[in-house]
Amino acid sequence: MTSYLKDVFTNTGNVSLFTASFFKSVLKQPFELKEFANQCYLLGYKALPLVGITGFIMGLVLTLQSRPTMVKFGAEAWLPGMVALSLIKEVAPIITALICAGKISSGIGAELGSMKVTEQIDAMEVSAINPFKYLVETRVLATTLMVPLLVVFADCIGILGGYIGMNIHSDVNLFRYLSQILESLTFLDIMPATIKTFFFGFLIGLIGCYKGFTASNGTASVGKAANSAVVAASLSIFIVDMMAVQLTDILYK
Amino acid sequence: MLQQDHEILTKPIIEIKKLHKSFGSNNHVLKGITLQVKAGENLIMLGKSGSGKSIIIKCLVGLLAADKGSLKVFDTDITKLDCTQLNILRLRMGFLFQNSALYDSMTVRQNLEFPLKRHSAELTDAEVEKEVEEVLKSVGLIEAIDKMPSELSGGMRKRVGLARTLILKPEIIFYDEPTTGLDPITSREISKLILSIQKKNNTTSMIITHDMACAKLTGDRIVILRDGVIYLEGTYRELENSKDEWVHSFFE
Repeated sequence: MTSYLKDVFTNTGNVSLFTASFFKSVLKQPFELKEFANQCYLLGYKALPLVGITGFIMGLVLTLQSRPTMVKFGAEAWLPGMVALSLIKEVAPIITALICAGKISSGIGAELGSMKVTEQIDAMEVSAINPFKYLVETRVLATTLMVPLLVVFADCIGILGGYIGMNIHSDVNLFRYLSQILESLTFLDIMPATIKTFFFGFLIGLIGCYKGFTASNGTASVGKAANSAVVAASLSIFIVDMMAVQLTDILYK
Repeated sequence: MLQQDHEILTKPIIEIKKLHKSFGSNNHVLKGITLQVKAGENLIMLGKSGSGKSIIIKCLVGLLAADKGSLKVFDTDITKLDCTQLNILRLRMGFLFQNSALYDSMTVRQNLEFPLKRHSAELTDAEVEKEVEEVLKSVGLIEAIDKMPSELSGGMRKRVGLARTLILKPEIIFYDEPTTGLDPITSREISKLILSIQKKNNTTSMIITHDMACAKLTGDRIVILRDGVIYLEGTYRELENSKDEWVHSFFE
């Protein structure tokens, strides 16, 4: 029990120090712009198909599932607005973030973990290159920027999926559909939901990097780093989501 | 002992005094290492696996922090330096890792360009390319320039690792088991390469090895580690004729 508690506290301390060193060095020269752009491409652009497909399916399924209930209450006209609202406020951010935790966080964890185990990170350090700046900062910044963009992309595709879902049972004009959505959305629906996705992105990158960077020596630890990165990132996404929703609730009561 | 035709100066370039290092409470690996390496010298470190040879050189480049003792490199105590000062000093030292530690997401060319472009920003692309080609030629691997590390054999990886170390023109090179896992012919080639680099650039080297052929070919002086301290030191010939049975077992 004591050793378990000791582990928990040590880990918490290490994560805090890791985060602190990120903020300490992020504004210092030199900026690895080229590597940052490369990571944006690898982590963001490459996740587009996956996020697109899930976004489309989410919109379609949400529409088809909610339709019977809405019809029962004679509120079919509200369907586009309701689907768009649930997509933008909750479903798209959380599902996209979870997919990114699975795809990106584990990828970073495994990549940095194997670099650590095969001494590539040490090699960088002895050639007087700061591996933290080159490897960690670029990745964390890339996910912080890319995850919100992916969420916006998932929102759009999801709404398109919803349109197709609507057209399975009835004939709805696209402009009518879109204007119904825009009527039901307010600025306050979009902003908090978008702001929280930056935190999701930050956590996905940071946790992946932390797990990879602190992998102990041995190949088994690479798999462990990837695995625990997904678990920790997914859990922290839910916790941050809960906090964000509570906070929005208090602020805009 | 083979006749070495390079110049060894009397001035020590590395001075280790009473170095202690332990991992956890009951794993005291180094128990007071005191050692000097002279400029231009090739020092071989022998010892059983786990005796702390790699730890000594990792402490010298600042990858591991020493628990106690002083580590002077180029007359500067590296235990008292901050990160920026240490990085300036690291540019004058090279480190060849046991598994070469090539960046496996980059080609051989990018592996070599990576440190060079960062530390010599004034070089043009053409100059960088010329340097990369030159250093690859010096290790005899120019044909592998656009290959990925995963396409290379163990010996080739060692050569590329060495080329990446050499590209910053270090004054001291640390070799962590440069010939381990290679066949005798390739081992001999790597040993010869170490010697030719040393002659050409007049570098100082610390070489950790279990390969006695490599030790014989490259070493000016050999130190043997046992139980966390320097057990014995001398030339290859002296240690080969040692009456100590444990020391003698290395040469069998």
